[in-house]
Amino acid sequence: MDYFAQQLINGLVLGSIYGLIAIGYTMVYGIVGMINFAHGDIFMIGGFIALITFLILVSFGLTAIPLILLVVLLVSMAITALYGWTVERIAYRPLRHSFRLAPMLSAIGMSFVLTNYSQVAQGARVKPVPPIITGGYTLHEGAGGFVVQLSNIQIIVVITTVVLLALFTWLVSSTRLGRDMRACEQDQTMAALLGVDVDRTISMTFVIGAALAAVAGMMYLLYYGLVDFFMGFVAGIKAFTAAVLGGIGSLPGAMLGGLAIGLIETFWSAYFSVEYKDVAAFSILIVVLIFLPTGLLGRPEVEKV
Amino acid sequence: MQASRAPGIAFIFKKALISALVALVLFSLMIGVRTEAGPQGLLVYETRFGDLAAMVAAVFGGSIVVELLRQWWGPVGTIRVVPPQVTSTLAVAGRWVAPVLLVFTFLVPVIFYDQRYILDLGILVLTYVMLGWGLNVVVGLAGLLDLGYVAFYAVGAYSYALLATNFGLSFWVCLPLAGILAAFWGVLLGFPVLRLRGDYLAIVTLAFGEIIRLVIINWQSLTGGPNGVSGIPRPTLFGIPLDNSDNGLAALLRIEFSPTHRIVFLFYLILALALLTNWVTIRLRRLPIGRAWEALREDEVACRALGINTTTTKLTAFATGAMFGGFAGAFFATRQGFISPESFTFQESALVLAIVVLGGMGSQLGVALAALAMIGGFELFRGLDQFRMLVFGMAMVLLMIWRPRGLIGHRAPTVFLERNQAISSDLVKEGHG
Repeated sequence: MDYFAQQLINGLVLGSIYGLIAIGYTMVYGIVGMINFAHGDIFMIGGFIALITFLILVSFGLTAIPLILLVVLLVSMAITALYGWTVERIAYRPLRHSFRLAPMLSAIGMSFVLTNYSQVAQGARVKPVPPIITGGYTLHEGAGGFVVQLSNIQIIVVITTVVLLALFTWLVSSTRLGRDMRACEQDQTMAALLGVDVDRTISMTFVIGAALAAVAGMMYLLYYGLVDFFMGFVAGIKAFTAAVLGGIGSLPGAMLGGLAIGLIETFWSAYFSVEYKDVAAFSILIVVLIFLPTGLLGRPEVEKV
Repeated sequence: MQASRAPGIAFIFKKALISALVALVLFSLMIGVRTEAGPQGLLVYETRFGDLAAMVAAVFGGSIVVELLRQWWGPVGTIRVVPPQVTSTLAVAGRWVAPVLLVFTFLVPVIFYDQRYILDLGILVLTYVMLGWGLNVVVGLAGLLDLGYVAFYAVGAYSYALLATNFGLSFWVCLPLAGILAAFWGVLLGFPVLRLRGDYLAIVTLAFGEIIRLVIINWQSLTGGPNGVSGIPRPTLFGIPLDNSDNGLAALLRIEFSPTHRIVFLFYLILALALLTNWVTIRLRRLPIGRAWEALREDEVACRALGINTTTTKLTAFATGAMFGGFAGAFFATRQGFISPESFTFQESALVLAIVVLGGMGSQLGVALAALAMIGGFELFRGLDQFRMLVFGMAMVLLMIWRPRGLIGHRAPTVFLERNQAISSDLVKEGHG
């Protein structure tokens, strides 16, 4: 039971990170109707920028951890958001009215560019950092000596996710930008006729998605203590799985799907085999699409002739 | 070009300045700072402001050049009238490209007999031509976007490798078996994804490809895991080995043995396999099943309304494409003599898909030319190993922007009334299956 509780905590933390990435996929899919294949790599770039900012701040002699974390978060979100904007501007906007496969392939190309760009710029090795946030709480000490722990970093990951999710839900439901986004999602031509700047709204969607991915990248860095240039690919597919599982286009669905994937992966590793945890996650994707093509919270797609 | 349409120098300058500023922010940390593991294992960093400045300057200059090119080319929507003489000359030339290319390919081993490098490159290009033609059945004809094609390539390669090393079966027995096994996996993948469309289909096939690769890596007792399978037997000419032994081909023909014989044999083998793929595809297009594939690509709902069984149509497309992938995989295994999961990553799937899309999806000649251009281009960057995939990714993005419809952007209709007319592919829908 204690083991189960510990895995539950680990799974929820991992799921929060997936959920943050999944929101980026689901928003872009909702508005533009394409899989932003490069989104996983945006997450990776976010992790790298957080790492580099952290190193610079530490070398300047800053010691106040909360201040460092805040600066790292802001810098990483800002620069990664600019990456998101640039990717949209270069690779997707010229293809918006092209046939459906073109943006998909352009996105795959962009994903290769970002992966190999960071490999060339920062080297192929895994970049480890010493634990930045230490300590935690012991929740329960079992009879067999097994200790259920909740570390501070896990608390920070979950709280950050919840706060961002709340902020983001507010943004989509009650601001001008959120209304524009929902309008573009329903009908771009009509939205344009009514005075919505469609180009700007789509750009902002990519920017917000990238900023959330940067937060996820930073959380990943804090939680696992490492980044490498290839981590975006698998994390990206899993986050996409999460978005599909929750119902693509739905924001709470993306978070729910992220948590589900995180839990499934953690429990699979804990009770079955670590080697096949990715196989389990990908199989879930296939199974979900067969039996629940619209996901948990998605709307059924109407087939138009 | 009207003067009023052309923005002034100030505009170009401003745009380039903004691009440079964006580039400065983007590259500031990723290029301006390099992290390395320090002496105690902790990360240290060093600054590279020179590289950063060079990159920003390159973006500034590049932006000006692009803007000037754009002005010279005119607005995007301009309709360019091509004189009829040029069109007809091109049409005549186009008719001769395929036969000339084919004859040239047949003569390659004769012309370049002494140049091992060119022969090896030729074999590589032909392997990708074959893979491209195989995937073309799924993507180009049936309109089903498949991002996990490399899985069937892997199934074919491992089928031959394991059957040959464990049971001593010959290449010619294993080749059909590899094709059948790959086709079986194609059907296995096809069943669950029958109801999916477009992007969902793409991501499921991608997941499927990754599952196959992960299973190969982790099922160490069968596949050798990351170490791969080595000592795969070389192919024989229907039982006659191509080696230096007494009953080898060279001894039988009473000519001096040379290792090049095997390379030439491999070249013609893959050429034959590729041509088989091409021939089968062309024939299938004229059969009801081929017509059904193309109808499915254009409109699935109309297809169903006309009584076409979309289930079997999709499954046969998957199975046929997978079978050719399996053949190519078996050839790959016998050519390399060693296979490992590293050869079957997502990058390979993306490369083959890029070849099909660049070739114009559905055009057999286009796919062949695209394979030549892609693999040839890859070889040019062999020295810059790190930058190869970077350049490949950039090329993919730029090609999509420049020619989203591929090099040969129109296709000859399969059926026509009275006169044959090429259709611009802007009028053709794709990938809604």
